[in-house]
Amino acid sequence: MREAERTREPEPKGGSALNLRSWREPKWFSTLLIILCCVPAALAIGAMASDIITHTRFFGSDPIKEGEHFLGEWTLRFIIATLAVTPLRQLTGWNWLAKHRRTLGLFAFGYVSLHWLTYALLDVQLDWGDLVKDLTKRPYIMIGMAALLCMAPLAFTSTRNSIRRLGGKRWNRLHKLIYPIAILGVIHFAMAVKKDESDPITYGACIAFLLAWRVVRWWMRREAPQRATLAGAP
Amino acid sequence: MPIYPKNEPRSSEITPEKLYFGRREFLAAAGAVATGAIAASVLPSVARAQQEPQAVGTPYGLQPNDKPTPWTDITTYNNFYEFGTDKSDPSENAGAFKTKPWTVRVDGLVAKPADYHLEDFLKPSAIEDRIYRHRCVEAWSMVVPWRGIPLADVIKRANPTPKAKFVEFTTLMDPKQMPGERTDVLTWPYTEGLRLDEAMNPLSLLVVGLYGRTLPNQNGAPLRLVVPWKYGFKGIKSIVRLKFTDSQPPTAWNLAAANEYGFYSNVNPSVDHPRWSQATERRIGEFFRRKTLMFNGYADQVASMYAGMDLRRNY
Repeated sequence: MREAERTREPEPKGGSALNLRSWREPKWFSTLLIILCCVPAALAIGAMASDIITHTRFFGSDPIKEGEHFLGEWTLRFIIATLAVTPLRQLTGWNWLAKHRRTLGLFAFGYVSLHWLTYALLDVQLDWGDLVKDLTKRPYIMIGMAALLCMAPLAFTSTRNSIRRLGGKRWNRLHKLIYPIAILGVIHFAMAVKKDESDPITYGACIAFLLAWRVVRWWMRREAPQRATLAGAP
Repeated sequence: MPIYPKNEPRSSEITPEKLYFGRREFLAAAGAVATGAIAASVLPSVARAQQEPQAVGTPYGLQPNDKPTPWTDITTYNNFYEFGTDKSDPSENAGAFKTKPWTVRVDGLVAKPADYHLEDFLKPSAIEDRIYRHRCVEAWSMVVPWRGIPLADVIKRANPTPKAKFVEFTTLMDPKQMPGERTDVLTWPYTEGLRLDEAMNPLSLLVVGLYGRTLPNQNGAPLRLVVPWKYGFKGIKSIVRLKFTDSQPPTAWNLAAANEYGFYSNVNPSVDHPRWSQATERRIGEFFRRKTLMFNGYADQVASMYAGMDLRRNY
């Protein structure tokens, strides 16, 4: 009787199309993502080249400094985007987002590489004495360099093959390096600015929130079974 | 046996029809906002097509390869934290700044302290156009055609008492007009100082103009200091007060970070800033770095004032 009633019920109370959680990955998503990720780099390279060669002022009067900072900030944005994937996935249930985390992380490495190349080639202009002095005497450069070096192994193991070779567990453990990398990146930014810390604070707050999210989830998972036991106790 | 349908979404999970049918509009709006934001962040200063004026004035200490920096760079690439901390902030925010009427107070250890209308303050001196090298502590540099009067003229007229050893300069304190002064980026009002002999040096200039024109607000109108052998931040802007003292006055950047910015702040390629080298500089508009010169190329005129001083300690 009940069964019969159920079948007679009007079909979709909320059909799957209306359900945000069951949103499937659009076919064009990865292509669009990759194109969008390339846009800031293309603009930065175009603007710097145009400013240096033809004296336009897309990046103002000091295009090398401005371009260097621009690429550094975009590195932080990509690190934040990478860290945001998991919370977003947990909130929306879009598990297909997970595989794009590696794309975002790889772009973070691409941007930090461009940031470093701008610094070494265009800013310091391969003055080895200065590069060595920066690296040995200036804490904010050491911290930035440490973050960059930590990112390299993550970039090189971002292929599906590497996951298989390392095994999911070890791969995950290695890629937890993104947490200290994010923190080092913000410290590097905060120490590099002359006085106005409002931008570093904004980036720092985003990263703090995304890391806190993980701590809270982890803590709740740890507590959950205990609470269940307590509730079940007489 | 479970009697509830298994795969039915909770009502909270169902997107309201209004939102669902408006999704395209939402995406379009989000796209427009994102495009705008990217354009705005990517092009902080769109190139201004503008006729660059011709530089006027007598060159002071210029090197053979020194050419005046274009007006557009000098007037859009500014450190003037009273109007914001980005280089483009001053030219964007200082447009409505009121520089008339302007009063300058001269007090402290002087024969007769007084307030002057700016016009009366300047009138007794002949205005000169001088082209100076400019070196910022951030390791970039320019060549600037300033217009102003020798600071020594003003000091002679003020007639300081024998006890006076320093001059302290103060910027206008007006948070209503200067949004930066509402933040705590620096201790406001901005102050700077010179030893009396430095202030009396013929190179020390009180500036009222640029490229033969009235000084633009973003460059420190209506009255600023220029001391070309020191880092740019010693050139205090929008001055309202000169006070003669017997002790070394506090200076804004020294208060902010004493280990990075000293009272003297003479350009010195062999004393690094803690966070970067001062050995080289980038001339705005040039690609290759240049060697920074001792006292920014003005050693002949100023080095004797620092004879016997340890410039590593007195940075």
